[in-house]
Amino acid sequence: MASAGEATVKKAHVGKKEKKRPARYWLKAQHGEKPTKKRKREGQREDAPKSSISGKADPFPGPAPVRQDRVQRFKRERSKKLKPHRNNLKLKRIITGTKKDSEMAQEHAARVDVLLPEEPGFLEGDEDEDTCTISQEDIAEAVDITSGAKYFNLKLSQFGPYRLDYNKTGRHLLLGGRRGHVACIDWQTKQLMCEINVMESVNDVKWLHTEAMYAVAQKKWLYIYDSKGIELHCIRKFNDVLRMQFLPYHFLLATASATGFLQYLDVSVGKEVAAICTKSGRLDVMCQNSQNAIIHLGHPNGTVTLWSPNQKEALVKLLCHQGGVRSVAVDKTGTYMVTSGMDKKMKVYDIRAFKPLKSYFLPAGASCLSLSQRGLLSAATGDVVQVYRDVWSTPVTKPYMAHRVRGAVWGLHFCPFEDVLGVGHGEGFTSMLIPGAGEPNFDGFDANPFRSAKQRQEWEVKALLEKIQPELISLDPNQLGYVDRANMAQRHQDRVEALGYDPLAKEKFVPRFKKKGRSSAGAVERRKKKVAHEDQRDVIKEAVEKKLKDERKRVQQKKQKTALSEKSAALDRFRK
Amino acid sequence: MANRSKKKAKKERKKSAASKSNVIFDDEDDRDLKEGDENIISEEEEEGDGDERKRQKLLEAISALGGKRKKKFGERSEAAVQMSEFTVNAQGNDDKIDLSDLLGTMEKTPAVSTKTKKQLKNLQQGKMTIESPISKQASERIQRNLAFQKAAADVSRWSGIIRQNRKAEQLIFPLNQEPSGPKTMEKIVTGWKAQTPLEQEVFALLSANNQPINDPILTPAEEASLKAMSLAEAKIRRAELQKARALQSYYEAKARRERKIKSKKYHKVHNKNKGKEFLKQFEEMVKTNPAGALEELNKMELARMQERMSLKHQNSGKWAKSKAIMAKYDEGARKAMQQQLELNKELTHKLTTSLHKDEEEEKDAAEEEVMPSFVNDAEQVLDPSNPWMRGKLSEDLAHDENVVVNVPSVVAAAPENTAEEEDEIVETEEETLLREFNSRRKLRQGENPDTGLVMSVDDKEEDHEAAADASELEEQELSEFTNILKGLAHNQCDADAEASAGNCDTQLDKPHDDLELLDQETVTDEAPVQPHSAPSTNNPQPSTEKEGKKRKRKRGIEITKVLTKETNPIQVPLIPTVQETEDTDEKMDQRCLIKEAFAGDDVVSDFLRDKKKQEEEGKPKVVDLLLPGWGEWGGIGLKPSRHKRKRFRIKTAPPPPRKDQHLPTVIISEKRNRSMSSHQVNCLPSPFENHLQFESTMRSPLGRTWNTERTIKKLTKPKVVTRLGAIIEPMAQEELMKDQKAESESSVASGKKRRKNNAK
Repeated sequence: MASAGEATVKKAHVGKKEKKRPARYWLKAQHGEKPTKKRKREGQREDAPKSSISGKADPFPGPAPVRQDRVQRFKRERSKKLKPHRNNLKLKRIITGTKKDSEMAQEHAARVDVLLPEEPGFLEGDEDEDTCTISQEDIAEAVDITSGAKYFNLKLSQFGPYRLDYNKTGRHLLLGGRRGHVACIDWQTKQLMCEINVMESVNDVKWLHTEAMYAVAQKKWLYIYDSKGIELHCIRKFNDVLRMQFLPYHFLLATASATGFLQYLDVSVGKEVAAICTKSGRLDVMCQNSQNAIIHLGHPNGTVTLWSPNQKEALVKLLCHQGGVRSVAVDKTGTYMVTSGMDKKMKVYDIRAFKPLKSYFLPAGASCLSLSQRGLLSAATGDVVQVYRDVWSTPVTKPYMAHRVRGAVWGLHFCPFEDVLGVGHGEGFTSMLIPGAGEPNFDGFDANPFRSAKQRQEWEVKALLEKIQPELISLDPNQLGYVDRANMAQRHQDRVEALGYDPLAKEKFVPRFKKKGRSSAGAVERRKKKVAHEDQRDVIKEAVEKKLKDERKRVQQKKQKTALSEKSAALDRFRK
Repeated sequence: MANRSKKKAKKERKKSAASKSNVIFDDEDDRDLKEGDENIISEEEEEGDGDERKRQKLLEAISALGGKRKKKFGERSEAAVQMSEFTVNAQGNDDKIDLSDLLGTMEKTPAVSTKTKKQLKNLQQGKMTIESPISKQASERIQRNLAFQKAAADVSRWSGIIRQNRKAEQLIFPLNQEPSGPKTMEKIVTGWKAQTPLEQEVFALLSANNQPINDPILTPAEEASLKAMSLAEAKIRRAELQKARALQSYYEAKARRERKIKSKKYHKVHNKNKGKEFLKQFEEMVKTNPAGALEELNKMELARMQERMSLKHQNSGKWAKSKAIMAKYDEGARKAMQQQLELNKELTHKLTTSLHKDEEEEKDAAEEEVMPSFVNDAEQVLDPSNPWMRGKLSEDLAHDENVVVNVPSVVAAAPENTAEEEDEIVETEEETLLREFNSRRKLRQGENPDTGLVMSVDDKEEDHEAAADASELEEQELSEFTNILKGLAHNQCDADAEASAGNCDTQLDKPHDDLELLDQETVTDEAPVQPHSAPSTNNPQPSTEKEGKKRKRKRGIEITKVLTKETNPIQVPLIPTVQETEDTDEKMDQRCLIKEAFAGDDVVSDFLRDKKKQEEEGKPKVVDLLLPGWGEWGGIGLKPSRHKRKRFRIKTAPPPPRKDQHLPTVIISEKRNRSMSSHQVNCLPSPFENHLQFESTMRSPLGRTWNTERTIKKLTKPKVVTRLGAIIEPMAQEELMKDQKAESESSVASGKKRRKNNAK
């Protein structure tokens, strides 16, 4: 029990006193270090221990460095006019706190960026060889078997030109033949999920949020089927639909009809969110901006209009072509829009500033446009599919790739997360290999091509919980974070519009009905007159009183003034 | 007699006693007493007095019978005529008794000791009145105040730690957790108890001899000293001292700096300011502290006398003499001399202040009579803007006129206005000049119709001319230069017009081209490219130039400027062989088909019309509340007067500029997004000063979609963490100084070691 501790105690007091204190490692660390050295260290790393147990100094002190350009990628734009007033300490604290947080988030994101190892490839020709002359067969032979198997043709000449759609993960393909043939395929395994004939003309097909359901725009109504080919719904409210777009984060199916209506269907609750009459005739050109969920419509008068479900008129109307617009496509980042028109031109717009960037002349015009995740543009002219690279930054004179299919191209779609372009045409379907088209790194929480059924169910629940309400769709996706600068009048007007009546409006006076002839027209009028302009009366009364008061005050002041001025010497009267 | 006098004395005593006790006694007692005495005093001369009193009493008694019983105030009365040996009489010539009256006899009585005499004398001399004690309320208030201050000081010691805790990103309760890590030996030892008999004995011995049982970090004395003044207080004190020292040093440095400045002008201005300030202070002093002011005045007078006596600022010094020699040739020297003399004058000038005012006023009165009478007249209000009110000569007027004319001619505003003004000009030169302007203006107006075709070019020309006009006004000779310039402008205009005409042609040609292309589609791709690209490459240059102009002066959008982006032809290696099957929808509107086929002709103009319409709709409308016939005659053919129309027209402020102002081919809807606004923050939250600050703090997202897991954990960590089952006690006094103590511990420990060594 009498430990060493006691021994030292005794020594300190009873025995001879030592000149030196007993060495203690926690004290030594403080005394031994020179201040200058310490400061230097602190700059590098604050929480690092001074020395490791083995006594060796850390050769790489501090956290691992992050490349600045990587951090830059995750930076969010900050405005300059932020400096708070000198005395506003609370605000200063908030601003510095958020700044620190966001910087930390950026740095972490940049650190984790290492975990996205895949890089996009591209096709490179020999010297004096155009990449556009390389045929698909050559590519398929050159690449590995799995990738080579992704080039295939489906010969479906019976049921007319095909439209197609890939689902969000890129695993499943939906084909809709003009003459009623609808098929969904797990295209990588080439496994047919279902195949039906709806016995009606099919205008468009679209996957809904999962591969379990898809919508088919048929001759009259809009139908929803499941992956077994069973008809789930026939939506009579949506008639004559020509084109469809699905907004995955809002669970909205947007449809454009031949009658000029743009309708939104919330597929999570099955309700029509908005029906907008565009007043511009048949709508057969449509695409979505995946950045802000705005729908772009092309019109025969050369304009492209932008729509949200919250406004009955077009948000923006752009005059793009002198002829009708044939096709529109918007890139993944929501920066560029590519349009093609009847005037055989293909134009690139900066959709944030609504300014034209590039204009190309295609001798035969482009009937279908599609943009891949990495910004490759595919354009179909007749039966030729051309793919372009970098249409917005450098002026392009030649396509990156070209391929001739058997019939006229009817539908064109890049497969997400794959270097594959699906082409639906008169003679069936062609899956083309386009190196560098798909995004090599996928977000497993968002769209996982390799997910299991269980994972899909989990994802579905989460996605439904995180569903964005349709009211939040606007041109600027950051608008929710801004302060609404509307004044009171505007806000009141909004309220009136939302309620349908003015809650602050004064009720009109209606005289009570009285019997015995006292509600004769004259009497009623007299009674009305009694209360007419009652509010105004008060105001007038007040104003008059105030006026009187002021007048009285003025008079009194004047009197005082004169009294004061009269107080003068008796001899003043002789003054000149 | 003696008996009688005794009786009287007795009676008086009784009376006084009665009257003294009257405060408490009832009336009845008094009455009894009076009845007893009545026969004795009946024939006395103060019968009247007694009657009076009685009457009073009676009245009081009656009044008391009536209403509620009032509490009576005590009545103090003194015995009347006779002087009693026991009581002090205050009735006499002056009611107050002076101390000296009483002390008069003291001198004579030898029994009184000298000491008491002295004391009494001192008392007599001291005229100080003793202040009345403060009222209870006031004293309580003061005490309360003091107590509050003390309590406030006590509580405010916590404010620092509270603020710190509020600011802290995360608080973990209970707060006073044991710090993890190695513990000091002493702490372990104190927790340990002696158990074996030997240990117990040793410790008993130690404690009996008042020896420290273990090695404490602090001796009791040190602990006491620590408690005496806390570190924080000491720091505060030191900080105060430091601040004072710093301020002093700043002030000194400033003074030094100012002294070092070599600029004479600076010092002059500085001294002048000082003098002014001093004067101001002096005037104030005159009001508040006349004695001090007089002293100051004397000082000034002395200084003046000294100045007068000395030859300091006169022309007899060495410097002055040298300057006087130089003064003939050097103007600077002359000036310096003059300045010095002025200074002398100033310094020797007799001061006049309000103290001497009386004399001055007399002087003033004398002067007033001498002054001419118009001094008292109201000052003429000379309107600088009104040339008629100024008694100026015609030259100036003409000059003014010139300026007035200048402005409209440059701006090219209402022509009739200038015409009126032209008439007024008398002088011939100006007239000729103006006539020339007029003719030129007319000429220009004549030109306008043909240049109207090409608006933007016209703009440019106008600019040129305006510039030319301005230059002409300044210089008299004008003709040749402008002629040349005009010729140039004309040429350019013609050229531009031709170019634009060409443009139009190409625009018109385009559809034809398209049609041709449609025909040739199947044949080749190279051939149709060339004719189309040739005109289109020509287009952009003038259009960009025009756009630059348009930004300056906004007019309608020209059709020719829309959709003139340069196109890049693309060579396609494969030629489509299959003719596209047209949309085989039977229901497609016939008109729609036709429209598609012949699109391109009026698409642009349709769009521009649409845009214009939207712009018009966005503009606020002028509300006309005019009721014709009110206040004047009304009827067919009668127009209400301009004044009336103007008065009843309500104009609203123009809306902010449209977002698509500079985008000719875009219509951006200006409608408010109502659905979003209900989810937005609609007024700036408290500490933020502007919207941008708030928005920047809202910008970085928190969700899992945008952040790494570690970031989310850090960003969303709870503000308060409590350990399950731990008791959270209120903060103890030690918490205040915890960190400071931890800091001081080590330093004190080392200090103690040193001291011990010294003692040895």
